[in-house]
Amino acid sequence: MAVPILKQGQYLIATIQDALTDADLQQLRVGLVTQVGRHRSRGVIVDITALDVMDSFAVRTVRDIAHMTRLRGAETVIVGMQPEVALSVVQLGLSLEGVHAALDLEEGLAFLDEQAHAVSGGRPRG
Amino acid sequence: MRHTESHEPVASTPPAEVRPRRHRTRDEPRHEPPARSTGGLLRELVTHLRHNQNQLRDEWANRIMEAQLLTAMSRDEIVAEATSVYDNYLDALETGTLEALQAYAQSLSERIIPRGVETDEVVGIVLLLRDVLARSLFAKYRADFEVLSRVLDAYEPAANRIAITVAVGFVQERERVIREQQEAIRELSTPVLPVRERLLILPIIGLIDRQRARQLTEQLLRAIRANRARVVVVDITGVPAMDSNVANHLVQTVEASRLLGATVIVTGLSPEIAQTLVTIGVDLRTMHTVGDLQGGIEEAERLLGLEVVPVTESKHPT
Amino acid sequence: MGDRHPAAQSAGGVAVSRRSGRVSPDEAHEELISVRSDADIVVARQRGRELAARLGFGLTDQTLIATAISELTRNIVLYAQRGRIVLKALRKGGRRGIMVVARDDGPGIPNVEQALQSGFSTSGGLGLGLPGVRRLTDEFDIASAVGRGTTVTVKKWNR
Repeated sequence: MAVPILKQGQYLIATIQDALTDADLQQLRVGLVTQVGRHRSRGVIVDITALDVMDSFAVRTVRDIAHMTRLRGAETVIVGMQPEVALSVVQLGLSLEGVHAALDLEEGLAFLDEQAHAVSGGRPRG
Repeated sequence: MRHTESHEPVASTPPAEVRPRRHRTRDEPRHEPPARSTGGLLRELVTHLRHNQNQLRDEWANRIMEAQLLTAMSRDEIVAEATSVYDNYLDALETGTLEALQAYAQSLSERIIPRGVETDEVVGIVLLLRDVLARSLFAKYRADFEVLSRVLDAYEPAANRIAITVAVGFVQERERVIREQQEAIRELSTPVLPVRERLLILPIIGLIDRQRARQLTEQLLRAIRANRARVVVVDITGVPAMDSNVANHLVQTVEASRLLGATVIVTGLSPEIAQTLVTIGVDLRTMHTVGDLQGGIEEAERLLGLEVVPVTESKHPT
Repeated sequence: MGDRHPAAQSAGGVAVSRRSGRVSPDEAHEELISVRSDADIVVARQRGRELAARLGFGLTDQTLIATAISELTRNIVLYAQRGRIVLKALRKGGRRGIMVVARDDGPGIPNVEQALQSGFSTSGGLGLGLPGVRRLTDEFDIASAVGRGTTVTVKKWNR
């Protein structure tokens, strides 16, 4: 089941709707990296609100997405992680170092906007 | 009238019956009309005990009150509960299966524990019932020692299993209630306070064990989500000591909060706890720490005011 | 507490429920999921979550259990290609629990001690994630022999 990737201005938004197989996750990674290059996107949001389990493969995939999109000039933010999932991820000992996180889509977009502002030398919003 | 017959083993017995450990194989004089098989004997006992139910139940209720048990309940209440206990008791005796009794014991416990009934009372009343019924059996079969022995052989193990089942059921229910209460107390004692928009404060007081730490984290994460908090000030001024397990929990809480988009500022870190954190490998430079709660709140406001909330752990580009 | 679970869909795993007649259904509940591909990882963990929910585990514990199952099942897929997951309801005293047995006839683990020490490293190397699984569960046991396969047994008890 492919994850739909939407383009919103300079950002790409991928919303995960259900449990993904490994193949789906790999497809998502390839898709995002390709599209970031194609559209020169500045940011990627991966919405994991509907994900009820994040195991090592999912974490690794998200880390890879963040790493590879950054190489192409985009920052990645994961949004919507459920509290129980966050607990299990840290307890399992998985690291999401280098991956930005925000509470939800709105916060995620705000974060990317601030990043873009900062990069372009604009003043931070008060 | 007495008959003498040679003993023959009885071929069939009901499937789920309670068997006494010893079987008598010599000639057994019959009373009128004692059953031959143990199963039949039990059925006969039960019939007798049912027949005299009201009288025996009242006797039991009286003994309960004489022994000053179930003082939390009125006489009418005692009689009402006694009636259902009696019924369940006889069913268990008769069928030899305990599942129904277990279920009944649990629901009985759920009813009486909030009334303040204690374990010794429950054990006490069940044993009193056992005694009242035993006396009744003594009275009925006392003319014939052989039969009485067989009757007791059938009755005693069954009655003891019943007593244990009820007592254990009660204790387990009590333990469950206590655990629930402990959880509720833990939750009450650590409120997460929404101070202003996007800012939460979590003052922790007292010793933290693994359970409490886990509960704290859950509460905090849910509060972050509910309040859309971006900054949380966790104040541990009131925490005297922390072992490495709990320190680990703190570190995990900070990271888990980050994954929900919130930055954690830890305040009130004592030198001892700081040392514990360093020992477990935490680089304190990567953790926001401020001396006291007030300072932490100011730092939080600063972070929020700028609307630039650092949500990555790594300060170096990958 | 326990939700009614929808009919489970198997993407490749086979689930067999065995229930003993004498005790209440959940008490002797046992379920087997055969593992053949990564699609079974999701099946196994969803079944685990459903069983945990029926046994009264809270949402957090359900997620921990599902995550542990996901890791164990993934190990089977990655290193042994095939195996099975057995889920069992437990009872001890008045408390209920869940047992997960992950078994395969794969190559086995040459150095179990080492596997239990190294887990996920920040560099991205994953190892088997066994220390992580151990952290998520209350009891952990592993038996493995080179050439004969691996069996990991974990248990989690309801608070």
